Amino acid sequence: MNKDDDILVVKNIFKVFGDRPQEALKMLEKGADKDEIFKKTGQVVGVFDASFSVKRGEIFVIMGLSGSGKSTMVRLFNRLIEPTSGSIYLNGKEITGLNDKQLLDVRRKEMSMVFQSFALMPHMTVLENAAFGLEISGVAEQERNTRAREALAQVGLAGHEYSYPHQLSGGMQQRVGLARALANDPSILLMDEAFSALDPLIRTEMQDELIRLQAEQQRTIIFISHDLDEAIRIGHRIAIMEGGRIVQVGTPQEILNNPADAYVETFFKNVDSSKVLRAGDVARFESEIVVRQTNGATPDVPAIPYAFMVDNDGRFLGLLDNCAGRGEGPRQLAPKDLSVVAFDTPLHDVLGLAAAVPYPLPVVTREGALHGTISKDSLLKSLSRH
Amino acid sequence: MSDFNLLDPFQHLQIPLGEWVESSLNYVVQNFRGVFRAVRWPIDQVLNGIEGLLLSVPPTIGITLGSLLGWQIAGRRMGILCAVTLFMLGLIGVWAESMTTLALVLTSVFFCGLFGVPLGILCARYDRMEKTLRPVLDAMQTLPAFVYLVPVVMLFGIGNVPGVLVTIVFALPPLVRLTNLGIRQVPADKIEAARAFGCTPWQMLTRVQLPLATQTMMAGLNQTLMLSLSMVVIASMISVAGLGQMVLRGIGRLDMGLATVGGMGLVLLAIFLDRLTQAMGERSASSDMTRHWYQRGPVGLCLRILHLNNAKPGAVRHAL
Repeated sequence: MNKDDDILVVKNIFKVFGDRPQEALKMLEKGADKDEIFKKTGQVVGVFDASFSVKRGEIFVIMGLSGSGKSTMVRLFNRLIEPTSGSIYLNGKEITGLNDKQLLDVRRKEMSMVFQSFALMPHMTVLENAAFGLEISGVAEQERNTRAREALAQVGLAGHEYSYPHQLSGGMQQRVGLARALANDPSILLMDEAFSALDPLIRTEMQDELIRLQAEQQRTIIFISHDLDEAIRIGHRIAIMEGGRIVQVGTPQEILNNPADAYVETFFKNVDSSKVLRAGDVARFESEIVVRQTNGATPDVPAIPYAFMVDNDGRFLGLLDNCAGRGEGPRQLAPKDLSVVAFDTPLHDVLGLAAAVPYPLPVVTREGALHGTISKDSLLKSLSRH
Repeated sequence: MSDFNLLDPFQHLQIPLGEWVESSLNYVVQNFRGVFRAVRWPIDQVLNGIEGLLLSVPPTIGITLGSLLGWQIAGRRMGILCAVTLFMLGLIGVWAESMTTLALVLTSVFFCGLFGVPLGILCARYDRMEKTLRPVLDAMQTLPAFVYLVPVVMLFGIGNVPGVLVTIVFALPPLVRLTNLGIRQVPADKIEAARAFGCTPWQMLTRVQLPLATQTMMAGLNQTLMLSLSMVVIASMISVAGLGQMVLRGIGRLDMGLATVGGMGLVLLAIFLDRLTQAMGERSASSDMTRHWYQRGPVGLCLRILHLNNAKPGAVRHAL
């Protein structure tokens, strides 16, 4: 991905809570840490020198325990909390330099927020709540109702338009919160621990819903969570925060494989790596068991139990099975007769398949090229390593 | 100067507060009477309007309208209660006096709302405003009415209008306090959500803060109403007409019958107004918000009947 695909860029953002932030900033420059600053000046450092960027169309999860500054971080994006120093760019436009009127415009059109406590208006119907953002922006009643209805339908709440929030369950209330944010058609959806207040079953359901919505609309979502499982489940990339600092940014696999420090490592220790890793991460390309077919002619088959056939472009053609019967020569199996694993299948789903077939599992990319194979041995090794 | 005693310094150490007040009041009366007379005008207009309206309505129609209002606001039982209290007012022979008192109370509540709600909003927004206003409100509530009754008479004369003025002084504080409280009690997450969606301060106030503070504000309005009613008897000392005057005259002549009738009238009026405003406050927070106000009560009934009549021909045709 090139630089133009960054929708949100955060550069050296600091946030100090208190009446003398400049003093704290100076101490930070000199290398003082959070506790020391609090002891000497009474200033609380919320976010400490954060720099990262969010790509267009991804779910970016900011993960951290309570007090790590993640909720402060998300409020810096739409300046519900003013950053002490540093800059934030949205689509190349500097958010941190906007005047009040431009800022209102950004909040109305570019960024919508979903809250942990739902924060629905109790005196408004579900429809009015969903249309709240549009009403504030001055959209005419008819149009905003149409758009709010569409948003409600997207989150599966059609038919509840005239209920009041207190008549709905927690999960449904958060769907209204989501619809309210979607109705504005924002470039970025900010979700502050949006599912943390829901019970586990509903939470999983809402996560699936969010993944589905994101796949449909390719919307950029910044999701705040304290739950690593949730972060891994929905996040394309994760930023780990600790004590106001961004410790590491990367895909779940990257972080699992190369934790930046001991904190991240202990954090990921209890994670079921079969849920994080994907088939493509453990598949290995061994040239000795791959046979390249040229001009439709089948070459000589090496004396190995299973050989994988690819064409000149690396496209996967099938499997040559030498074990079928002795003396009869190799049996050729087309991809449709085989268990073929897509590149991005979670390893968790591969386990069963690998156990069910005698041959190593072929892993193919989205274009159909052979990415590598996963044998039972390599599968077990990759799981035990973490 | 005799010997100054340190243990009791106040024999010599005194400020002539009384004299100051008196001389400054005299100064104001002599020089600014016109200004205060001008203040009478808007109050006079509102009061005369309301009183004229209330007195021109015959009791039967008044009772009917009053109970329909009660029914609309808080259901059938409220309607019956309104009808009973209003009917009793007529039965004990104080209908006209009650209407005068009601006009007085409604006028002062109107002006209390006009000033109290904005003041409450300002208090909620600016802490400093709240801090300055709080002792003033305390004074308004605790200063004996007799103290400012005389200056008011000197500045505004006697009659119903100054009566309304002293009532406003006494009845304003709860509305200011509870408007302030109601707005401050709006949950922070709702405020944050409204900000995140780009509310201007005005939108925040009208779409979020005031609607969510309504119940508390209604409690304030209810208190203002009750305090104005309780002020009526004192205000009658400066020749304010109505039920208060009956009570005052009864006491003056040791006519317990007259005093009791007037007092009874005040109590009945208080019950009527208290229940009505309480119901309004509760309704704004009740769970039965599935139907709009026009779908309930007598209005809803009329609309349903109308709707039925309109629908009938079609329905009949359809059945055929």
